[in-house]
Amino acid sequence: METSRRTQWDDLIQPGMVHGSLYYDEMIFKEEVDKIWFTTWVYVGHESEVPNKNDFVTKSIGPMPVLMVRNRKGDIDLLLNRCPHRGNAVCVQEKGNRTSFTCPYHSWTFANDGTLMNYAFPEGYNGADKSKLGLSKVPRVASYRGFVFASMATEGPTLAEHLGGAARTLDQACDNSPTGELDLSAGFLHHRTRANWKFILENECDGYHPGFVHSSIFSVADSAIGSLYGADAVAITRGFGNGHTEVDPRPEFRRRDKPMSWFGTTADKLPDYVAQMNASYGEQRARQIMIDGMPHVMIFPNLFIAEIQIFVIQPVSATESIQHVTAIQFKDSPEINRRLRQQTMGSVGPAGFLLADDTEMYERNQRGLEIRDPEYLYLKRGEHRERRDEDGYLIGHSTDDLPSREIWKHYRSLMEAR
Amino acid sequence: MNAMTETIAPPDILKEWIGKELSYATTFDHALYHEVTQFLSREARLQDTHEYDAWESLWTDDGLYWVPANGTDTDPEREMSFIYDNRSRIALRIRQLKTGRRHSQTPPSQLARIIANVELLNSDSSDIGVACNSQIFETNLRGDTMWAARCIYRLRRVQGELKMAYKKVVLVNNNKAIYTVSFLI
Repeated sequence: METSRRTQWDDLIQPGMVHGSLYYDEMIFKEEVDKIWFTTWVYVGHESEVPNKNDFVTKSIGPMPVLMVRNRKGDIDLLLNRCPHRGNAVCVQEKGNRTSFTCPYHSWTFANDGTLMNYAFPEGYNGADKSKLGLSKVPRVASYRGFVFASMATEGPTLAEHLGGAARTLDQACDNSPTGELDLSAGFLHHRTRANWKFILENECDGYHPGFVHSSIFSVADSAIGSLYGADAVAITRGFGNGHTEVDPRPEFRRRDKPMSWFGTTADKLPDYVAQMNASYGEQRARQIMIDGMPHVMIFPNLFIAEIQIFVIQPVSATESIQHVTAIQFKDSPEINRRLRQQTMGSVGPAGFLLADDTEMYERNQRGLEIRDPEYLYLKRGEHRERRDEDGYLIGHSTDDLPSREIWKHYRSLMEAR
Repeated sequence: MNAMTETIAPPDILKEWIGKELSYATTFDHALYHEVTQFLSREARLQDTHEYDAWESLWTDDGLYWVPANGTDTDPEREMSFIYDNRSRIALRIRQLKTGRRHSQTPPSQLARIIANVELLNSDSSDIGVACNSQIFETNLRGDTMWAARCIYRLRRVQGELKMAYKKVVLVNNNKAIYTVSFLI
């Protein structure tokens, strides 16, 4: 059995080649739910989405919904929205503020930390142990700089071990905020696509496609994005291990040496923000942060920070996924936040100038796999020019398939684990 | 007052879904109503047949095109919308479509939409408020999709002709995960 499993993965995932069935086989998808989505750390939500005690919002872990709650004590709990009695939902609102949840079916009532408080007509239960009949909770919840992650496995690597070197990118994002805190409270757009989640994952740090998929908007709007992904670009791709990948454009921005160039603007257009940054970090450090800009990182398996947006990738089935997206805002920086929201609304979501076309590509890729020859996808671009940076991470040209290869390497290790 | 005649305010959850009450016109101006419905039919046709320039020319210089998400009366200056285009962004949207490389519209969606339930609204300004429903059948490479929306317009007479100063399209499923909608809705 063990041998045949190894043979199977040897066959499905080869150096620079992956088998098409990995994107459409429902049996493989079921295995992914268990071995990836219900095992590793996944991103759930941000603390700024539940700022007050008793706030809650509906989030997901893989295909499963979860309630992210700031309970009465102010701690964040992830509750499973299933009444232990007959499986009914104890909450059908997407978000709100409540100290308790009452199942509408037989009126079982739970505190917002999941504890069963009361059931109707208790004498019928003859002293059943209420402490065993609370809402289930996600066993491990941990935050990093306000980003809330969860693991359905009771044991395993810590969040810090999971993030590894990719934690730098979350620090980089927070550093762009004068308060050091991000605000993700603008509400999400939910974009459905008839494609496997891994097509989305692989696209996020694919620097090969923008010049082609997005040429329509680049040709009619003033956009400097194109120059990051040309053949002459000095931007690089990086694999942090654990399937985390980034496009790192800092070499290009440092060459330009102009604060806010990463945002397609200049410092004098955002005087309030620049003053806040200088006050918080000192002029020298603030200048460096504003040159380097925001990260472009795909934290495996579902958190994509695309400079000024955050995408949460949700698998629905082997052939259906949802991209949840919102603007990243900097806490208490209204001047730049308006532009962050406006630019986000223009770019992403179902009607976005960029994402409508990315999503069109995912769906065409998915349909393409109905054609069974060739059997494999070809991910060898830049294999010959992979190298290590000073931290030992694999890096390549911004247009190389290095991120895909890194994702598949980690994917295989998870799927092969027993 | 007995329970049968007592006026009971609707539950909050209803407001959340339906939005604030609109003020519908109680007098009926037949000529204006006819002109408005003709305008809406023309706008629908120009969208269905992808006549981008003609559609853009329906807008006033300060036009605002809004497709909210997650509700009816959200604050577009604070919360995400699917589309929140000022006049220059409407122009950009049209320019992108006209490149022929807007992949999600190449080939273009084939569309047929019905605009119905047109009612005139009371208006504080000289603009003409209109409420209507739109139901759109779309077919494209992915397959067939039905869209349904409650719409609000503010129309303005500019040199004798009606123009759109404001169009709000509230997709009834705007809180859910929806497929790409890159045609003019």
